[in-house]
Amino acid sequence: MEISLTINGMLKTVDVGDENTPLLWIVRDLLNLKGTKFGCGKAACGACTLLVDDEAVRSCSYPVKFVEGKKVTTIEGLGDRENPHPVQQAWIEEIVPQCGYCQPGFMMATAALLNKVPNPTDEDIDNNIINVCRCGTYYRMRKAIHRAAKLQAEINTNETKEI
Amino acid sequence: MKIRPVYFFLLLAVVGVVLVFANTPTISNYKTYDNQGIAQQNPDESYEKMMDVLTHQRCMNCHPNDNIPKQGDDRHPHYFGMARGDDDNGFEATSCNTCHQSINNTNSGVPGAPHWSLAPASMGWEGLSRAQIAERLLDKNTNGNRSHDELVKHMTEDDLVLWAWEPGIDADGNQRTIPPVSKKEFKEAVENWFANGAIIPNK
Repeated sequence: MEISLTINGMLKTVDVGDENTPLLWIVRDLLNLKGTKFGCGKAACGACTLLVDDEAVRSCSYPVKFVEGKKVTTIEGLGDRENPHPVQQAWIEEIVPQCGYCQPGFMMATAALLNKVPNPTDEDIDNNIINVCRCGTYYRMRKAIHRAAKLQAEINTNETKEI
Repeated sequence: MKIRPVYFFLLLAVVGVVLVFANTPTISNYKTYDNQGIAQQNPDESYEKMMDVLTHQRCMNCHPNDNIPKQGDDRHPHYFGMARGDDDNGFEATSCNTCHQSINNTNSGVPGAPHWSLAPASMGWEGLSRAQIAERLLDKNTNGNRSHDELVKHMTEDDLVLWAWEPGIDADGNQRTIPPVSKKEFKEAVENWFANGAIIPNK
């Protein structure tokens, strides 16, 4: 069956044999976007987190049929080297990654959090950022999330001034 | 004295009417479910069958009294600190639907059904006796302001309730256990209990 979706701003149509194929495999193998990672395959670790209509989902446990007509954002679409997303910029500034494998999932979950809670408390972070990092970079990630919130607030303030 | 037949039959009719009213069972003060045609089972038996289902982990895991959803047959707290949140659906950016969709996922073993979420806090049944659960079920202040008709519809037609009999596989690929009463028997039991006035036994 054919499924149309907007991925990182581009309209794509994919032909899938099984409509229940996890979105993760479509993103990685058909759309060749390797930033989203396979971790546990059971929606537990969060390495495969991406955004569907701006909501965080675990793509290893998300049937591709559900993205028909929707907007999907992966780590590649969050920002780029020239214009990094505040979350990506904060991750660089706080030198968060160690091995780095789980980090795209954390960054996508953080982007979703900042969309809902622009200035998250430690409790908000504890409640919402529940991905797993085997390198134990949680402390640096917490700092980066607070940093990202400030960067995003600065951008919003500047945009308001320009208007 | 010779009694005319018409008076004899009139007397019989009056006695009959009196007996009918005298033997009408007392029903609860709640508005009764209007489907007397299906009232065939013993309502106490129906009540126990219904409670066998409501107290089963497939139902009870999402009717917690501590705002923490439970998982598995051992009813352990949901992993990763998931909790009710403000809208019974988890937290702002990590909600129930971050992982749970509207269908069971056969790849990951994550269960799913339409409007997957916790039952409202007022419907917390965990740790309560059967009678206490029934009281909460019937009380409009704790049942989402549902009438008997609406309760029957919810319990016999709602996809999330009926998911209990199609819970899919778990993360290890094993079939989840289902309630000890079949879906058909449960529906009949619910309808019959309400049709008989939704009386809580031994109360």
